[in-house]
Amino acid sequence: MATMEIDDLRRILVACAGEDDGIDLTGEIEDSTFQELGYDSLALMESAARITQEYGVVLPDEAVSDAATPRTVLAAVNSMVTAAA
Amino acid sequence: MTVRTVVTGVAVAAPNGLGTEDYWKAVLAGQNGISELVRFDATGYPSRLAGQILDFEAKDHIPSRLLPQTDVSTRYAIAAAGWALEDAAVGPDTLPDYDMGVSLSTAQGGFEFTHQEFQKLWSKGPEYVSVYESFAWFYAVNTGQVSIRNAMRGPGIALVGEQAGGLDVVGHARRVIRRGTRLVVSGGVDSALDPWGYTSQLSGGLVSTVDDPARAYLPFDRAASGHVPGEGGAVLVLEDAGSARDRGAPKVWGEIAGYAATFDPRPGSGLPPGLRRAAELALADAGLEPGDIDVVFADAAGSTAGDRAEADAIREVFGPRGVAVTAPKASIGRLCAGGGPVDLATALLSIRDGVVPATAHTSDVPEEYGIDLVTGEPRTLAVRAALVLGRGRWGFNSAVVVTAG
Amino acid sequence: MNRRVVITGIGVRAPGGSGVKAFWDLLTAGRTATRRISHFDASPFRSRIAGEVDFDAPAEGFSPREIRRMDRATQFAVACTRDAVADSGLDMSALDPHRIGVSLGSAVASATSLENEYLVMSDAGKDWLVDPGYLSPHMADYLSPGIMPAEVAWTVGAQGPVTMVSDGCTSGLDSVGYAVQLIREGTVDTVVAGASDTPISPIVVACFDAIKATTPRNDDPEHASRPFDGSRTGFVLAEGAAMFVLEEYGAAVARGAEIYAEVTGYATRCNAYHMTGLKKDGREMAEAIRVALDEARLDPTGIDYVNAHGSGTKQNDRHETAAFKRSLGDHAYRVPVSSIKSMVGHSLGAIGSIEIAASLLAIKHNVVPPTANLHTPDPECDLDYVPLTAREQRVDTVLSVGSGFGGFQSAIVLRRPEGVSA
Repeated sequence: MATMEIDDLRRILVACAGEDDGIDLTGEIEDSTFQELGYDSLALMESAARITQEYGVVLPDEAVSDAATPRTVLAAVNSMVTAAA
Repeated sequence: MTVRTVVTGVAVAAPNGLGTEDYWKAVLAGQNGISELVRFDATGYPSRLAGQILDFEAKDHIPSRLLPQTDVSTRYAIAAAGWALEDAAVGPDTLPDYDMGVSLSTAQGGFEFTHQEFQKLWSKGPEYVSVYESFAWFYAVNTGQVSIRNAMRGPGIALVGEQAGGLDVVGHARRVIRRGTRLVVSGGVDSALDPWGYTSQLSGGLVSTVDDPARAYLPFDRAASGHVPGEGGAVLVLEDAGSARDRGAPKVWGEIAGYAATFDPRPGSGLPPGLRRAAELALADAGLEPGDIDVVFADAAGSTAGDRAEADAIREVFGPRGVAVTAPKASIGRLCAGGGPVDLATALLSIRDGVVPATAHTSDVPEEYGIDLVTGEPRTLAVRAALVLGRGRWGFNSAVVVTAG
Repeated sequence: MNRRVVITGIGVRAPGGSGVKAFWDLLTAGRTATRRISHFDASPFRSRIAGEVDFDAPAEGFSPREIRRMDRATQFAVACTRDAVADSGLDMSALDPHRIGVSLGSAVASATSLENEYLVMSDAGKDWLVDPGYLSPHMADYLSPGIMPAEVAWTVGAQGPVTMVSDGCTSGLDSVGYAVQLIREGTVDTVVAGASDTPISPIVVACFDAIKATTPRNDDPEHASRPFDGSRTGFVLAEGAAMFVLEEYGAAVARGAEIYAEVTGYATRCNAYHMTGLKKDGREMAEAIRVALDEARLDPTGIDYVNAHGSGTKQNDRHETAAFKRSLGDHAYRVPVSSIKSMVGHSLGAIGSIEIAASLLAIKHNVVPPTANLHTPDPECDLDYVPLTAREQRVDTVLSVGSGFGGFQSAIVLRRPEGVSA
């Protein structure tokens, strides 16, 4: 299974929860919290489900809390993808 | 003294016009919003026509964050509520949050959305069902979304009563205002034009199988053959008249002067249906006589039995050809919960402009109906008061009287 | 015109036994009726337990045609309506049918029937373009469920206003609140009101799975619904119905009716916050409670029992506890608060009416039903939740509340009328 890149995550977030009008997702977002990016728990649950469908990994709830960041999610996904490979 | 409820904002999302003025121009021009289905390939389906909104680009009207979580019907509701509030010059801070309520009707819920989730569940598995399915489908969704989007924390309600429910919510909004809430966003929308939703509407046996968009829905015509399902609706901003004046509301479209709802007796009982009684009760509630009403916006079932029953009720209340009658929904189809609110908006436009739109396409009204149906061209007519009728399958009857205020 | 409204008849179909007596026996014994889902094979789902009603339509007196015509949710509503009318002793046929209304609550109405028909029309999800050749004549009624209140209206001969109130999980409180307003304003004198939901079907189970709102405690179904307990992990889906006869006070007294309670206050507010999330402070539920008490002209200290929403989700129980403190002040710590969802689960729109039924019976019997499965409260839930065991005490006034997706927060106040002995 392929690893997940920031553009993949960006695409999944937009597909699952749209994007906040006042926030530019195309910039450096790796270290912003999801809360800062305008995503609530529902948005993150939908995105986590999509990640499971695409990458075959199940993220623990705390990995996709609104305090998490794209960087931590990518790290969690990719470590599981690598471990499974 | 009873609080008066006035309309300070109006918005229409209809198959022949998006936005109040576009809709009004289309209706007066007799522009038909009924066309061949484009949402899916209906080849082989017994009916293939619908009143479809074809020019609504969701991303132009709805915040991106709300797109993945909303059905098309909810998008209409959110957009129309926004336009109505803009028309009324009401923002989230215009009034205290608890002074603004929401009273909306839908009879079909977020059906296309839920159809997609049903398909994911059964073709792929439970883990593919969206987190949004838990609310995007249910009948309360529009009330919740409109309340959230506009920071309205007063009383909220969602009523389901088929085509009559769209009038019932307006009657209830007036009740809420009388009990002390200053402003209520009210009205209704519906849309179920995905293959499953559309097919489901056919099962009532009331949808026309005629395939000419100008001949399929001919209310009160000798050739009436059923109705055409449509989508969309209207949202109104209702306010306590005194409160609207105090905040300097830019305009008053009119007043919700009377309302009543009745239910038909059990089918086969031989007892008279309840539409006439609803009309009479609404008139009494408004303190008006039949002679005070300038125009009736008919429910317009489009079936011979339904049209005849309604013509009987109108004739019994107003006398033979005693009042102008029209059914602008002939050019948009029956919108379920959206139908009554669109008629209310149309009645308010008639009051504003002194013109009653025609019942598109209908030309041959049986003499024995005894109604003065506006056909062909719009009729110039000073309108001070209008009666709007709505009926729902199985016996719902609602009537609202709107006046110039 | 501001007329008083009383409740004179009750009908209940809840998990754990049919009818009012079985329902009350279950609650007062602190027994639970949650179990492994038997309505369908739930093995692919995260949450596989529910509060199911053992409902035998022929034994309930439904004819073959009625069974074909009415779906399960409608059958529940009609069965409860028949019971409620019989319980009230009211001869509906002697009333002016124009002065009788119906207000039926339901959150998801015919969802189960929709799913059954979907499977046929789509051939188990295979076809997006469903086959109209497999269209059931009832499908329009499942799509737009006006038939549900219509069947109730036909059962009692109502020809006044008939409607369905569908405010998600507060539907069963709001439908009664709606009925109260119809009688108070003088539109009608009698309303059959209540709520019914039969949501135990794959699509509904799946959508609550998706947001992890229902509990995954599948190994211990009887103890899965644990409102206010620190170990709670979500609610248990359920089905059920409750219907009532509401009458204008003077008319009920004149005919010598047994009055369960007067509805003295009702209010609903939106939180305008989130479709599923709740703010911790309970502000809008507190406001609904405050307005309902105000309408009832009641000081918080006048409440003898609070029938909680108590769904057993982490956020609800904390939100609600905060709302009680905010609206009732110190009395929140003294008044018993309990959740019958611990025993009968959460039947979405129906539960508000089922909880009103429990509240009326608490007044009648002077017994507060317990919160079952509550052993170690969440430290943030620090009120008297009446753990495990019912409590005999004087109950004259009950506050019942509900909270639902969409942000709805509702409160109703029920009071034993003066002159009715305890």
